[in-house]
Amino acid sequence: MAVDGQALAAGLAPGMRLADARARVPELLAQPHDPAADAALLEWLADGCDRYTPMVMAVPPHGLVLDITGCAHLFGGEAALVDDLVTRLARLGLTAWPALAATPDAALALARHQADCIDDLPIAALELPEASELALRRAGLLTIGRVARQHMPALAARFGEALPHLLARLSGAIAVPVTPRRPPAPVEVERRFAAPLTQVEAALAAIEALVVRAGLLLTERAEGGRRFDVALFRSDGHVARLVVETAAPVRDPAVLIRLLRERIGALADPIDPGFGFDLIRLMVPVTAPLAAQQLQLEGGSLADSEVGALVDRLGARLGRGRVRRLVAADSHIPEQAAFELPLGDAATGAAWTVAAPGEPPLRPVTLFDPPQIIQVIAEVPDGPPRRFRWRRQTHDVVRHEGPERIAAQWWRRADGAGLTRDYYRVEDSNGRRFWLFRHGLYGSEKPDPGWYLHGLFA
Amino acid sequence: MTSRPASLPALAGLAPPPVPAAGARLSLGLDAVDARLGGGFEVAALHELYAQGEGDAASVAGFALLLALRCGRPGPILWLREDRAARYDRPYGLGLADLGLDPARLVLVQAPDTLALLRAGAEAVGCAALAAVLLEPFGKAPAFDLTASRRLMLAAARSGVLTLALRSGDPVPSAAQSRWHVAAAASLTPGANAPSSMSGASAPGAPVFAVTLLRHRSGIGGFATRLEWDRDSASFTAPRSGPAPAAVPLRAAAAPESGRRHAA
Repeated sequence: MAVDGQALAAGLAPGMRLADARARVPELLAQPHDPAADAALLEWLADGCDRYTPMVMAVPPHGLVLDITGCAHLFGGEAALVDDLVTRLARLGLTAWPALAATPDAALALARHQADCIDDLPIAALELPEASELALRRAGLLTIGRVARQHMPALAARFGEALPHLLARLSGAIAVPVTPRRPPAPVEVERRFAAPLTQVEAALAAIEALVVRAGLLLTERAEGGRRFDVALFRSDGHVARLVVETAAPVRDPAVLIRLLRERIGALADPIDPGFGFDLIRLMVPVTAPLAAQQLQLEGGSLADSEVGALVDRLGARLGRGRVRRLVAADSHIPEQAAFELPLGDAATGAAWTVAAPGEPPLRPVTLFDPPQIIQVIAEVPDGPPRRFRWRRQTHDVVRHEGPERIAAQWWRRADGAGLTRDYYRVEDSNGRRFWLFRHGLYGSEKPDPGWYLHGLFA
Repeated sequence: MTSRPASLPALAGLAPPPVPAAGARLSLGLDAVDARLGGGFEVAALHELYAQGEGDAASVAGFALLLALRCGRPGPILWLREDRAARYDRPYGLGLADLGLDPARLVLVQAPDTLALLRAGAEAVGCAALAAVLLEPFGKAPAFDLTASRRLMLAAARSGVLTLALRSGDPVPSAAQSRWHVAAAASLTPGANAPSSMSGASAPGAPVFAVTLLRHRSGIGGFATRLEWDRDSASFTAPRSGPAPAAVPLRAAAAPESGRRHAA
């Protein structure tokens, strides 16, 4: 059982049984423990702490470590930063135990045990095995300070290598870096507002200003961004995020603003300013080289960039995976010989094979995925189809060509199994052309092979 | 919806001057048919291709792609489809290459619903760097109405992009330049290896389309013809044994919409 401040005052303690607690305080309000919700809240708080420093680490179950090296002066010093954080958390109804220390471990230990300096910490802060802790206590070494003054090799000999290592981590002799939740972006610009912005339009104007600043920074680096993250920090701690990805590196503010507007227009739930945004940050986590551009005389690159801009706009609105191109692959399995990739993914496929001159198209214009089951009547079980039924309609085969036999990829499978497909191009009495296959060789592979419709010809 | 010029002064400067493409025509490569159409399809316009029957969707898509191939404009061909259609079948690159179209020219856009498809389509048609835009709404798509078609028509006239609507069901009022029924037709040229099987049936040949002009804004009378696609010359040819384009009684072709013309 965990308890809050009020319960502590009423004489309850963590670890007590619920029945005992209810006996002491009949009006007790109990909530079942929800670790997932706790973790989500911690992540949400960590998002909000991004406003102070990009180096935020969540330490479940209830710790947050902020590396404020070089950031504190922006908030008027370390103490002012801590005050600001504690005030914000108090507004959310959360009690914080802040601690400042040179290393993450020390800060966590100080916060947990509410001590002022490392030497005063009880040895429980070392989180040693119970036997070792008991032995230290029996030796009269009740605080970290006392343990640290002992002869280290002797301690190591008695309690193992772990103890000196833990002490070194606490004192800062071993540097333990904070692992940030997200890597710092190469280009970041942000703006703080003394009075929170409560209008979405005002926030958009601020974003536009940031985009222009980021564009200048990118120009200096001769780079363009492939991905742009906007984080809108609400004064109550919530962080709204907008992400725009582009097919080609971009730094033109006009294009970016248009993309971001598309993205906002496509949001399922609109941006809620709530009590207002007091910090807006634009990050460019993915950049790529982009030289200064000059329009070509023939206008070739202009047309390319125009299509690129259209693709980016459609991608921002519909989702980048929805704008695709066709890529050929080197495979004889029909459905694996061509696939779709998001436009902008730099993968070059194999070359497209083309039928010989004079030959009619051998492959259909559209392919069913998965192939559709059909009922087929054939003269002989391993012969061409005579008549088939698809979507409750009967088609009489007038012309056919085949079979084109396509074997399974037996070399990819341990058992060498897999059914051979016999493909037929057929035309029905209405002139419609279909691509059918029989799945499995009659007799040798399957007693009663099934038929499938795999594609339609133009 | 088509543009937001007020908020984008910087972009306006980048756009190339509008090309006066009003006169550009797409010739089918068949003199008799081209002459009837006054030189061919208007490129900078919206044309509607209706599937004649339920199973003619692939023919419509093929015919639209071939028109886009023949429109003479450089640049990518954008094909907009809906999620619901993509759940069943997808464009197949090898088959497109077999028609003579470079699959690398094709940009596939998948929209979640008809409204999103129309919005994306209107934006795409406004992009003069594209060769053609194919819009394929799923099913009858009542959202693709007179207003939507007029918007597309205007955008196409401005940018010069060939715009083709791939539709199914009964024709509905629209502002499109022309409206066609497209269906598959029996092979005429036998395949190269015609006597291919023991039963003596010949192989399916080159694609043949039975197209019927239902309505044209400049008053061209309805007619029906068959077009065979010849990949090697990248052109439509008259079926070798088929009949010359014969006028169908206009009344029959226009009858289904005579009552709706007032609404349009």
